[in-house]
Amino acid sequence: MAVELDVFVGNTTIMDEEVYQLWLDGYTVNDAVRARMEGGVLDEFDATADVLLSDTMDQYRTFQMCERLLHSPAKLANQLLFQIPPHRQTMLIERYYAFDDVFVREVLGKKLSKGTKKDLDDISAKTGVTLKSCRRQFDNFKRIFKVVEELKGPLVENIRQHFLLSDKLARDYAAIVFFANNRFETGKKKLQYITFQDFAFCAGQLINNWTVGAVGEGLCKTKNNMVEDMDVDLDKEFLQELKELKVLITDKDLLDQHKSLVCTALRGKTKAFNEMEANFKNLSRGLVNIATKLTNTKDVRDFFIDLVEKFIEPCRSDRWTAADVKLYLTHYTNSAHILDTFKHQVVWDRYMGVIKSCIFKMYHD
Amino acid sequence: MPGKLKAKIVAGRHLPVMDRASDLTDAFVEVKFGNTTFKTDVCPKSLNPQWNSEWFKFEVDDEDLQDEPLQITVLDHDTYSANDAIGKVYIDIDPLLCTEAASIISGWFPIYDTIHGIRGEINVLVKVELFNDLNRFRQSSCGVKFFCTTSIPYSYRAVMVHGFVEELVVNEDPEYQWIDRIRTPRASNEARQRLISLMSGELQRKIGLKVLEMGGNAVVGYLQCFDLEGESGLVVRAIGTACTLEKFSSGSASITCPHPSTAPPSNACNSPKDGKELVFGEELPLSSGPPTPFRALPSSSSSPPPFSPSKPCSRQSSSSDTDLSLTPKTGMGSGGSAGKEAGPLKTLLRQQTQTTLEQRGASSSGLLLNAREFPFFTLTSFPPGFLVHVGGVVSARSVKLLDRIHNPALGNARSYKLLDWNSVTADEPETRDAWWEEIRQEIKSHAKALGCHAVVGYSENTSICEEVCILSASGTAAILNPRYMREGCLDVGSIDHRFDDPSPPNCGFCHIPYDELNMPFPAQLAYCYQCRRQKVPDVLFTTIDLPAEAAVTGKGCLIQARLCRLKKKAQGEVNATAISNLLPFMEYELHTQLMNKLKLRSMNALFGLHIQISVGENMLLGLASATGVYLTALPAPGGIQIAGKTPGDLNNEQHVAAIQKRINDAIAKNKELYQINPPELTDEGVGSPIPEPRQRSRIFRSHSESSDELSELDLSHGKKDAFVLEIDDTDAVEDIHSLLTDAPPPAGFHSCSTETMPGIYNWTSGIQMFTSVRVLRLNNTNLTNQGLNKIFTDLCENLLKSFYFKLRSTVPCCLCHLNFTVAVPEEELVQVSVTAVAMTFDKDQNQEKPPEKATTKGGSETEDQLQFPLELSADSSSTSPQPSKISGVAENTIVSTRAVSVDYGSFADRCSTWLELLRLKAHTIRRGSVKTSRRTQSLAHSVSSLEHCSPLPEGRSRSLCSSRSFGVGSVTMVKMTPLSFLPGTRIIKYLGIINMFFIRETTSLREEGGVSGFLHSFIAEVFAMVRAHVAALGGNAVVSYSMKDCVLMENPNKNQAQCLINVSGDAVICVRETDQEQTTNTGQTCGTIDGAT
Repeated sequence: MAVELDVFVGNTTIMDEEVYQLWLDGYTVNDAVRARMEGGVLDEFDATADVLLSDTMDQYRTFQMCERLLHSPAKLANQLLFQIPPHRQTMLIERYYAFDDVFVREVLGKKLSKGTKKDLDDISAKTGVTLKSCRRQFDNFKRIFKVVEELKGPLVENIRQHFLLSDKLARDYAAIVFFANNRFETGKKKLQYITFQDFAFCAGQLINNWTVGAVGEGLCKTKNNMVEDMDVDLDKEFLQELKELKVLITDKDLLDQHKSLVCTALRGKTKAFNEMEANFKNLSRGLVNIATKLTNTKDVRDFFIDLVEKFIEPCRSDRWTAADVKLYLTHYTNSAHILDTFKHQVVWDRYMGVIKSCIFKMYHD
Repeated sequence: MPGKLKAKIVAGRHLPVMDRASDLTDAFVEVKFGNTTFKTDVCPKSLNPQWNSEWFKFEVDDEDLQDEPLQITVLDHDTYSANDAIGKVYIDIDPLLCTEAASIISGWFPIYDTIHGIRGEINVLVKVELFNDLNRFRQSSCGVKFFCTTSIPYSYRAVMVHGFVEELVVNEDPEYQWIDRIRTPRASNEARQRLISLMSGELQRKIGLKVLEMGGNAVVGYLQCFDLEGESGLVVRAIGTACTLEKFSSGSASITCPHPSTAPPSNACNSPKDGKELVFGEELPLSSGPPTPFRALPSSSSSPPPFSPSKPCSRQSSSSDTDLSLTPKTGMGSGGSAGKEAGPLKTLLRQQTQTTLEQRGASSSGLLLNAREFPFFTLTSFPPGFLVHVGGVVSARSVKLLDRIHNPALGNARSYKLLDWNSVTADEPETRDAWWEEIRQEIKSHAKALGCHAVVGYSENTSICEEVCILSASGTAAILNPRYMREGCLDVGSIDHRFDDPSPPNCGFCHIPYDELNMPFPAQLAYCYQCRRQKVPDVLFTTIDLPAEAAVTGKGCLIQARLCRLKKKAQGEVNATAISNLLPFMEYELHTQLMNKLKLRSMNALFGLHIQISVGENMLLGLASATGVYLTALPAPGGIQIAGKTPGDLNNEQHVAAIQKRINDAIAKNKELYQINPPELTDEGVGSPIPEPRQRSRIFRSHSESSDELSELDLSHGKKDAFVLEIDDTDAVEDIHSLLTDAPPPAGFHSCSTETMPGIYNWTSGIQMFTSVRVLRLNNTNLTNQGLNKIFTDLCENLLKSFYFKLRSTVPCCLCHLNFTVAVPEEELVQVSVTAVAMTFDKDQNQEKPPEKATTKGGSETEDQLQFPLELSADSSSTSPQPSKISGVAENTIVSTRAVSVDYGSFADRCSTWLELLRLKAHTIRRGSVKTSRRTQSLAHSVSSLEHCSPLPEGRSRSLCSSRSFGVGSVTMVKMTPLSFLPGTRIIKYLGIINMFFIRETTSLREEGGVSGFLHSFIAEVFAMVRAHVAALGGNAVVSYSMKDCVLMENPNKNQAQCLINVSGDAVICVRETDQEQTTNTGQTCGTIDGAT
């Protein structure tokens, strides 16, 4: 005696959020049944394991049938096969596109290619995220990357509209796309302590301040090159202009003047003053060098590692607190304005604004 | 040229990729109606083509409009090879032919392919212009409204109920034609879908014609079924109740329909002619009956004479429908004396009744027969006062051999049939008609034996396995109120006392219709516990919904009897004989189980009883489902007494005592669970239980042969007659165990097979309709009956448990209209399909609806208003701790099995005439006017609510309504329910009947997730297509939805499966009732609220 067939179809599609999550997490039906039993569904509701199995299978089938639609969420709203109330649709989409930070951290900045996909089993083993779930997340990245690649207009907005995601999730995906597109190096050992959310924040800063689109909104609306990928690529003109900042370290007077201004401002305000004073030139050189090298794609990729090596690590070895870093960078940025021979205030602000907030975000254990 | 059909193809979306090279599709559309085809341009390289075609116009007969569907085929253009079909849409034009239904069909339809399922959607507009006045047509029956709903539809009033209509259409099944060997599965499936669509159109048209002939304008309780008889063909048949309906708002009807207060109350025994003329006017011929020559009568046993050509049925003249004067050769009727006045039809009527019945009947009145022979009503709920008394369930079954009867000439060459089918089977519809005629006659005679003149809640079904077919019919014998009927139709004389002294409305239907001195079966009668004046049986079984006015104690519950019987594999007549020999035992055992389970729950009545017996190659399956309740008017059921076979054996007695204790505990627990606390009455208070002529209890056991020897045991203990179960062998022990294994639904859940649950009020608007199918494979070939029973019972119980679990988030809720269908698709496979709706209700059950609500809503709107004035039962309570009343076994079901067969000979035939024509009237003029005003208000309301739920045709109005309707979605939400209403809403318009048939086939079963995956997506697709059609008609809900057939054939080894599904329902527009709640509550407030709006 065996159950040959067992289906349950509701006019309004019944979906259990808990089972959905298990499915998304890549549990097999049997694992899901086990997990649900441990979760205590059976205790609160008098049912047998058979019932649970049957229910889980039904739900899994439903999700599998829905998956095709979830790949283009706009379809979910006007397809006829499943009658799903709008708020449930939103939930389905949001959860489907949700990802594990540990997983995304592994693929962040990598090329979303077949090669990477082949490495997913390693990533799965490393992160503890099931391979199935890894694949779904990876495919989501790829799908969104592909779609927005061909679209004009603001990145976050495009993602939100095409995939009907929440603002938060859309921003995260924007970060992933941005990282994948610019191939930022995130995998180095020194960068391991930085979480995805840190990177996502940084990406947001970069997108909002250093890309063509960022300028497009405020400054360069008249430019006829409403470039594709305007949010995805860094503003080349800006990167060129960054070279001008070199004067801050090449001009000895300027460097000294800058240092004395900063030290005056900092004196007595922090315990780490001595270290700050001693390291000023090194640190300043580090930051300005990063700026001047950004025209090289290779150096763009190393942006975060450079930040860590050239600034964060020295500070950390001198045991600066986060407040110290903040204080230092604030005065470092502001003092440059007082330098009379320094003419590149706008570029400096645009550069340091991002650097400052990135470093703040990244400066932790 | 009576009609012009216009269709416009607007756009497509989500089309599949047909060209791998470009990942795109060059789609175009063929629009076909009858033999005319139009094409759109090709829309190159797009998955979301915009055709925006011209209006394609078809000039066609209205007859074709009724029969034919509009066929839309989406294709992929291919320059070098044949165009590939993407899929099809069949659109039933019928709703457009009714002025009151939809006026345009407009919306997105799923493009359906029988191999690939849904492949994108297409936006279509369809309109019909009818040139002539609809009512002048006679070939067509445009304008007749069809309702699946088995009650008078909401917002309608039944001016007149004309009675039973039936029709069947037969054709060859394309799947079994020779050409099927050379065409693709897709072509074959499509031929089949189209044919069935044509046949149901034709069937509906023919039924419509009959209705028009009777002077009606609508069919209510329309029930259409398919019999897939395999090689012997395909039968589409339908039954329904013809009515003249009237919208509440129309003022004209009050003229045609005399008001009850002014109408002459049922003059007894008017001449038939007068009655007829009143009904039909002058144009109606008497011969409008079904073209069913009367053939033969079955014996009164429902193990029917199997099929043999030498039986009397072969002796029929194969004549026309009017040849009714032939004398039946069955030897049952003695029609001579009865026929003196009424002519052939009367003879026909008389002949199936028992001799003695006839004498009384003949003496009591002149017979009146109108065109209709069968006083059957497919309705299951009625306007208040319509139903006077209910006798009990009547059912009949018959086993037939399929091909032998209709084409013996073909013999073994069947599969290569090249013969002209029509010449071979020219008389086939008549053959089938005759079969059903037999069954119906039997039902009628059963009803008569119960002293009833009508059968309500009537339904018919079949079960087919290879060449054997079981035909079944069942209903509830009843007496209907003569006041609602045409004068002269009713033999008032014989039942006058009941009407002179009208019973209290809420217990009257329980009173026995039959003569207490000549009871049709051994039953224990008692005086009604409510009115104390009339007799009531101790148990009542019915197929109808619980009347709204009935008083119920506590809550009801689902009661199921399940049974498996093995049979030997056999062929032909041997097989049919074996089956018909088994049937009576199955009926008997199912009945026993029902009775036991009813007692165990301390209840005394069953409603919505549906017994299904399915035949397979090596087994028979029986499943009976009903809603058990405690009717306040009926006596309290006694307990169940366990008796040991061998008294004196100590071990045994201990065992018996243990079981007895378990049973008593179960009963006590159930009483608490279902809140059954009937007021206990002293004998003195009630009068007295009727002295029982034969003071004995029947003993129900699994082995009926042994029951005789025990029947003389005096098992009554004092006054409390217990229901005795004998333990003498393992079977009986098994029975008792199975009795106790039925788990009650978990907390927060209720379940019932009827529309609503007795004892539950305050439905909220949450509903979830679902269909579930489960198939078990029995690997063990050496199964016993007991083993099978266990498996089958577990299957049903587990299904229920699954439902409860899945729907746990909706508690408190009730699974209503649980409709189980069993089938044996193959040897060793058992299939159970269930469709039901989970409805949520307010936890606070204290606020009952005011009792007057039922009456204020008027005739057509009563069944969702469950108000059971419990205080009535409280009235009669006297707190004496007297043990419960006498009870015993009353078989209110006449299952005409041998085991329970009864001598009907001595029964009075009180109701010798049938009342085909019933007049239902509004109760008062005041109410009528209230309704009118409410109607206008609801229209106004509908406008605003349309904006909320956007049931507008999507195509054009999307820009207007889609943006705000659902935020993300632009698809109209369509609710579906097997019930006739949606809680919390008001149906403002019926848009037409939905009757769809789909076939799905796959040759990549594994890839689609096995049979489960295959069927899961198919059912989802069927739902989607139903919803799309409803939305395109402008509707937002389907009521009275049912899945008639779900035939699954699989061959996992070949990676193939095929499934056929037939669904039906009524498309409606409903609006939320929230702001009208007060309006419906009481008649008094209606006016003011209407005024305020």
